[in-house]
Amino acid sequence: MSRPWRRGPRAAETRPTKQAAERGIVSTADYRQRNVRWTMHGLKVGTLVFLLIVGLGPLLWMAKSAITPTQDTLRTPMALWPNGFDLSQLATAWTRVHIDRYLFNTIWLALGSWAVQLIVATTGGFVLGVLRPPGSRVLTALVIATLFVPPIVLLVPLYLTIVDVPLLHWRLIDNYWAVWLPAGASALNVLLMQRFFSNLPREIFEAARVDGAGPVRLFWSIVLPMSRPIIGVVSVFAVIATWKDYLWPFLVIRNQNLQPLSVRLPIMEATTDLGVFIAALALSSLIPIALFLIFQRLFLTGEGVGGALKG
Amino acid sequence: MSTITGAAPAAETAVRRRGIRVRVSRDGLATFLFLVPLLVVFGLFAWFPILRAFVMSVQETNLVSEPTFVGLDNFARVLADPQFGIAVRNTAWFAFLALVFGYPIPIILAVLMSEVRRGRGVFSALAYLPVVIPPVVAVLLWRFFYQASPTGVFNTILGWFGLGPFPWLQDSTFAMPAIVLEATWAAAGGTVIIYLAALLGVRPDLYDAAEVDGASIWQKIRYVTLPQIRTVLFVTLILQLIATAQVFTEPLLFTSGGPANSTLTVLLLIYRYAFQNSLGGDYGSAAALSLMLAAFLSIFTVAYFWLTRRWGSDS
Repeated sequence: MSRPWRRGPRAAETRPTKQAAERGIVSTADYRQRNVRWTMHGLKVGTLVFLLIVGLGPLLWMAKSAITPTQDTLRTPMALWPNGFDLSQLATAWTRVHIDRYLFNTIWLALGSWAVQLIVATTGGFVLGVLRPPGSRVLTALVIATLFVPPIVLLVPLYLTIVDVPLLHWRLIDNYWAVWLPAGASALNVLLMQRFFSNLPREIFEAARVDGAGPVRLFWSIVLPMSRPIIGVVSVFAVIATWKDYLWPFLVIRNQNLQPLSVRLPIMEATTDLGVFIAALALSSLIPIALFLIFQRLFLTGEGVGGALKG
Repeated sequence: MSTITGAAPAAETAVRRRGIRVRVSRDGLATFLFLVPLLVVFGLFAWFPILRAFVMSVQETNLVSEPTFVGLDNFARVLADPQFGIAVRNTAWFAFLALVFGYPIPIILAVLMSEVRRGRGVFSALAYLPVVIPPVVAVLLWRFFYQASPTGVFNTILGWFGLGPFPWLQDSTFAMPAIVLEATWAAAGGTVIIYLAALLGVRPDLYDAAEVDGASIWQKIRYVTLPQIRTVLFVTLILQLIATAQVFTEPLLFTSGGPANSTLTVLLLIYRYAFQNSLGGDYGSAAALSLMLAAFLSIFTVAYFWLTRRWGSDS
């Protein structure tokens, strides 16, 4: 394939495929050229510096300002500790500004949304992907149809539904179910589960059936244990999504003692000392960042969602 | 089954089919119970509200009095509202700026990152980090960066180069670009990861073949890389347009639509109709405007599903 006087690509060709897949736009032969090599090194270092400044920079600034006295942050925002540290801001944010309570509210909201999403997605996905009773195609189509509707269309009617749940006539304002239940109506979750379940080997289901296992046993002892990867993916994204949500909890959780961080932070900004406020922002970001660092592969390789979509 | 040999297979399938039906009815209750969570949650919080949006758009409705049918009055009122034109123009301006700032940068970053052999994970993690920061935290942090005084964070940095100070959010010309800059920062990482996966999926022998034909690095990018990731580029373009048309949190928290309505977006207007109306919620107008936006976006949604289907069948 390559020109005979170029050794580089030729050598790569005879290597195992993994090596071949490692090549990109710039070939080994290109790298032999001095100016190409230097340009590429320069570009890579430049990219790294750019990403460090843009990706990490604002977070480092937030971390620094969380422990710098307010006056320093106001007067010389870019200076490093001109007047030392003020660790008390973190403590004040935690106790006096009640970040602890709002953090707990956020965790509680996230856990509930996670549980509802998993229950709806696994049971629904099980029926639509494994049991497939008559009419399940229509039902799947109805679930998919909700993907085509932009969320904004639901905002007002969903709000009115929460104010007065039809048939049951519950008022769910200031009730966490107002966040938990709508979170469960995620078509993407149901479809991910359905796709994953229907790709599990059907012989196992048949064998279990022959052994007299009913749907409940099939679900609990076979499908769920075999679906840990997809359940993990949906779980992590469910928690992060609830953590990020602002508008919906802002509309339906009006009692300030029940509000999550995302709703409280903009309200408390006006009445909170700047240093303490930035400390509160930093504390609010800790758990999402920790989740990201722990589950990096799910986010960065697309392995989870992409793999599940391809089956 | 022993009567006529020819009918035996048919009889057998009938028996088997009946066997399955018996089992289905025995398990029918369990199947139905498994469906209850999906039916209840989707019924109450997805299907019913979607239908209700259509009904509300032709009703005069506020929580106080009984809803009355008003035909297309809500649509007419929204279209006649001077804020409607402003909101549409601002949203289009936002989408355009987001395209200018936010569309090329992830492509360039991903191409550069795809050439990194060792430590690419660090690059990806750094690029993705802003995406995991809760949007409210990001906006409140950036609002401080945008302080208009010479000691604001950005004005300090620009001051090192002898630029500024700029009024940022307090000026109706600067406010929207400032918001777009933050939104781009917050979203670009996700796109970078999508492009990176697409770039690493390009078959290496295509580059080998291009080199045989004597292609330079630029020609390889132009004639191999970009055509190979073309569909992904279109899909992210459509997704970005759909997302920018629904921008809400940023303009609400940065400027509440100001100064002088210069950052009033369509979603912010819907929100104002429904929840910031001194006369009580004008839910009909809000529903009408949401439906108009949805109708407009459905063009992009259909294009997206068409493209991803083709994309799926290609690979």
